[in-house]
Formats: sequence, structure tokens, C-alpha cells
Amino acid sequence: MTTTTAETRAAAPLVRLTNAGKRYGNIIALTGIDLEVSGSEVTCVLGDNGAGKSTLIKIIAGLHQHDEGTYEVEGEPVRFNSPREALARGIATVYQDLAVVSLMPVWRNFFLGNELRKGPAMDLARMRRTAKQELLDMGIDLRDVDQPIGTLSGGERQCVAIARAVHFGAKVLILDEPTAALGVKQAGVVLRYIVQAKERGIGVVFITHNPHHAYPVGDRFLLLNRGRSIGYFAKNEISLAELTGLMAGGAELEQLTHELQQAGGEDSELRQVAAALEHEIAELGVGAAPRSDGPAARDERPSP
Amino acid sequence: MSQTADVGVKPPPPRDERVAQRSLLSRLLTRPEIGALVGAIIIYIIFFAVAPPFRDLDSLATVLYVSSTYGIPAVAVALLMIGGEFDLSAGVAVTSSALVASMFSYQFTVNMWVGVVVALVVALAIGFINGYLVVRTGIPSFLVTLGTFFMLRGLNLAVTKLVTGNVGTNDVSNIQGFESARKVFASTFTVGGVAIRVTLLWWLLFVVAGTWVLLRTHIGNWIFAVGGSAPNSRAVGVPVNRVKIGLFMTVGFLCWFTGMHILFAFNTVQSGIGVGNEFIYIVAAVVGGCLLTGGYGSAIGAAIGAFIFGMANQGIVYAGWNPDWFYFFLGALLLGAILLNNWVRKRAEAMR
Repeated sequence: MTTTTAETRAAAPLVRLTNAGKRYGNIIALTGIDLEVSGSEVTCVLGDNGAGKSTLIKIIAGLHQHDEGTYEVEGEPVRFNSPREALARGIATVYQDLAVVSLMPVWRNFFLGNELRKGPAMDLARMRRTAKQELLDMGIDLRDVDQPIGTLSGGERQCVAIARAVHFGAKVLILDEPTAALGVKQAGVVLRYIVQAKERGIGVVFITHNPHHAYPVGDRFLLLNRGRSIGYFAKNEISLAELTGLMAGGAELEQLTHELQQAGGEDSELRQVAAALEHEIAELGVGAAPRSDGPAARDERPSP
Repeated sequence: MSQTADVGVKPPPPRDERVAQRSLLSRLLTRPEIGALVGAIIIYIIFFAVAPPFRDLDSLATVLYVSSTYGIPAVAVALLMIGGEFDLSAGVAVTSSALVASMFSYQFTVNMWVGVVVALVVALAIGFINGYLVVRTGIPSFLVTLGTFFMLRGLNLAVTKLVTGNVGTNDVSNIQGFESARKVFASTFTVGGVAIRVTLLWWLLFVVAGTWVLLRTHIGNWIFAVGGSAPNSRAVGVPVNRVKIGLFMTVGFLCWFTGMHILFAFNTVQSGIGVGNEFIYIVAAVVGGCLLTGGYGSAIGAAIGAFIFGMANQGIVYAGWNPDWFYFFLGALLLGAILLNNWVRKRAEAMR
């Protein structure tokens, strides 16, 4: 698995986890996870709350170390001791809280910690111009980079944080639930942005619990449940309906339908909801989704 | 690492048609110090109207002098507040610096400048200890510096009594180096018949330096950031602890400077003075537009805040009002200034 010769390294994915796991004391937070992302590729990590998504990001980002399996960056096994080390290898993480300072102007936020200097001072003109241009290149047309970043919408803030990571040399972007707190339209803006990053040759690890956000932009899908992989698919192996069905956990949905039907014996509205749910489950084809954890699904690159 | 070089050669993006060229007025209105400026003008007009002696240039020079003695530490206190912290020990730290310089040179019969340098080291150490305790323990700076405030207050009195047997220090005006130090810290010169104290120039210099650092350097960027959100700043690589300790040491530095002025202006130092001045520094910063919660404010605003205090302080005397009422007027005035400040800022934000 450890590919160290020069030619195989060139072909190796930017980030590859093999059979990775993490324990906190006697709690198994994550086990047997395989994941890879190459340049110009989006790997989506899907799972409900507590599925182990955060632990997975923390391993990739260098906040935590894996206890099992291997973590390779461009074919080379690594063990990061801090996010700075991961960043030095081009792995940048955009956390849910975005790491922006709301009262500060957009351009100051953009360069925070990486200010351009001209002698003892900052090169204000170039910083403003660069921030504006970089955001424009990624499709965000800000009215004024001098406005406090807190006045931007959630989606725009997310985009600034992503653009910043891209500008400062990220090869792999880890996005922690970037669409979670956003409305439909704003989420669309962020998704478009993820595609932009991908087209620039960046590998993206997109963490979400929403299959409708993941499916249109993703090339691979890793589904997590209770710290384990419940499926790892290339895009051509799975449909949105199947993905949604797997995510929702078919058995649980059926149980819910059943309960609703019982509770709604005298309530016509509840009965309607239950019926609609039943219909949806049938449409999604829950249970029919290919649950392949096998190496075939794992190692096959999706054909373009 | 970065792609700035590529971006640099691209033509600048055309002006955005959604943003009208902002007028000078509207740009001015979004500055943090605008409320204080309006307040200062109103207070100036009031005293100008009711107190004829206030109209003299000499009086203005006196007002500016008083303002400068509070305004110099207020610059550092404002920077610290923008960085999200408080320093309640600043008032007595001024006295501590003066006491140390005075007693050191007197007791060891060394050149005055040696005492001045020793006092600087002590003042910076006080700042460092404050900052270190805050960043290491995570205890709010309000509590940490409240502790150091009482400790310094006790030390000032106890050590002075121990060393001199008195509550004040001995006169140091005969010590070698006193005259040159006095020139630097407490001299007076005349411009067009008006006596100007040198502290006014130093004050201006510190305000300009503070503003430049805040707005034009990466350090300033970091100060705003650690005050706005310390965890988020840390996440993008800002050395939060170093910035905060540096800010506390800056307060120490300007307290030392003010202490030196007091020493060389009066030759002796009373160990009990300075208590309560920390609030005046903080009030100057807040009136000048600094947010108590950090992340917003300006050094110029703090200067205007100190000027408002100086006007109130002297204006009441010039107006012939009963000085017993001074603190009441002062409190009311400051409250009014803060309210006005808030109102103007809200209006300014609405205009954006």
C-alpha cells in the first residue's frame, strides 16, 4: 500500500486513508475507514450527527492522529501533530465557524495571519485588490471588500473562507458542513463554489449530512454511521435516490411511518404525512442500494 | 505558497457600479471616533459660550496639557481594549514607575537616567505579568488586573514608606541627569506667546504611532482580530498570546512615560496618587469609540476622549462652577458623550 517510488507517487491521490481508525480511550470513534481524494475531485463524507464525521476531519486536518490504518499524502505515509503541519502539506480546513472575525473588513479577514507586507507596513492596496480579484475569480462579486465580513450572508462568508484557503495554496480543501446553516439559495452558492475549486485542480473533502447537496458535486461518497463506513461509492455506482435512502436509514424510516400511522389513527393530517412518507420510501428504493464495502467499489476510479 | 504574483499583474477590477463613490462625509461617519468628535465639538462650544477665560489660547494649552497626561496612557489602553482586554492597574502603574525611578536614583545615588531605565523595566514587567497571567490562566483581565491594581497600590505605599520613611519620595531635582530627563519628559516651550508643555507633542506622536500600527501594519490587523475573536484568530495562525502580552506591555510602557512626566514635573512623587485614573483612561477609550467587548475602536478616538475629559476638568474651573460638583458634571458629561457616540454610530451603520 505504501507507494514511495517517484512514479507511483505522481499518480497517488492527494489524500488517502486506508483502514483508518481512532479511539478516545476505550471509545471507538472511528474504525475501518477508507477514503481518498485526488486533484480536481470531490469526495463527500455523509453521515448523521455522531457518525464520526468530525473525528474524520480532525484526523485529516492534523488536530488528531489516527490510531489504526494509514494516512498518506501524495503517497507518503504521514502523521500530523498540528494543523500547521497539515497546512504546510497543502491540506486546509474550513471549519463550520469559518475562522473569520465578523467586525473586520473582508480584505483584512482574507489576509489575516498572512498579511502582505511592504517594509514595516502592510501593502494595503495590493491586499484589497487581491482579495477582490480572488473572490471575483471564484465567482463572488462583492460590492465592497471594506465592509465588515459580519455583514455578508452566511454563504458569502463561507465562500470568503474557502477562497482564502485556495489563495494560500491549499491543494486539498476540507469543508466541514459548509451548507449546514444555509438556506437553499445560499447553499447553492457554496456548492457552485466547491465546483469552482474542483475545476482549479483542488481536491475537496466535503462533509455534509445532506445527500441533495453532496450528490450533484461529488465524485465519491463515503457514508458513515456510528463510526463505521456503511458504503463507499463512486458516482456511477449510486443514484441520488439510493444515496438518500442509505443516508436516511431505510429501516428507521419505515419504523417512523408505522408509528405515525398508529398515532394518527384519528388525526387525518398525521395519516397523510405517514402515507406521503411511505410513498417516498417506495420511490427511493430503500434497501435496493448497493451496499458495497468491497475493494471493487473502493479502488475503482469513476470513469469520466 | 501563494498565487499573489499572478494576481498582481491582472488589471484591477473595474469599479463596482453598486457602490456609489462614497463621499468624504459618509466615509467620516463610519469611523469609530466620529461620535466622540461630535461630542468634543459640542462640549467645546458650551464652555466657549459660558466660560470667557476658556476662550484664551493659554487656557486651551492648559486643557490640552491636562488632556495629554491622561491621553498618553489612554492610547495604550485603547489598543488593549481593541485587543479585547482591560487593564485596571494602569492608574497606579504610572505612580509605581515614578516611585521606582525616583527612589532608585536617590537611594543608590546614581544618574537619574539609570532610575528612568530601571522604572521602564519594572513597568514593562508589570505589563508582562498582567498579560502572562491573562493568557495563561484564561481568567478575565478585569479580575487579573483588579488584583494587580490592589497589589501595586499596596506596594506603592508600603515600599515608599519602607525606603523613605514617608508617604512621598525625596526631591530628586539635584541628582545628576535630572535636567536632561526633565527636558525630555516635562519641559515647556512657547509658541507665539503660548506656553506649550512637551507632553502634548509626545501625546500627538503616540496617537499617530498607535493609529499607524492599528491601521497600517499586520500587528494592527492582529490586534483587531484577537479582540474580535481570539479562537478564530488562532485558527488562522495569529499568535494570540503574544499579541495580548505585547498590548499589556504597551500599556506598561506608556504608564512609565506618564510616570516619568509626573516625576520630572513635580520632583517628588506621592505614593497614593494615580488611584482612579485607570477609569479615566478606559472612559477616554470608550468615549472615543472603543467597544468594551473588543475588536473595534481607534487611537484617535481615545485621544478625543481624553480631550473631552481635559475640557470638562478645566472648563468647570474656568466657568466658575462650584468644583464640588466636578465629578457629578464629569460623570454626566461622559454618560452623555457615550450615548451620543452610540447614537451616531448606529446612524452611521444604518447609512452604510
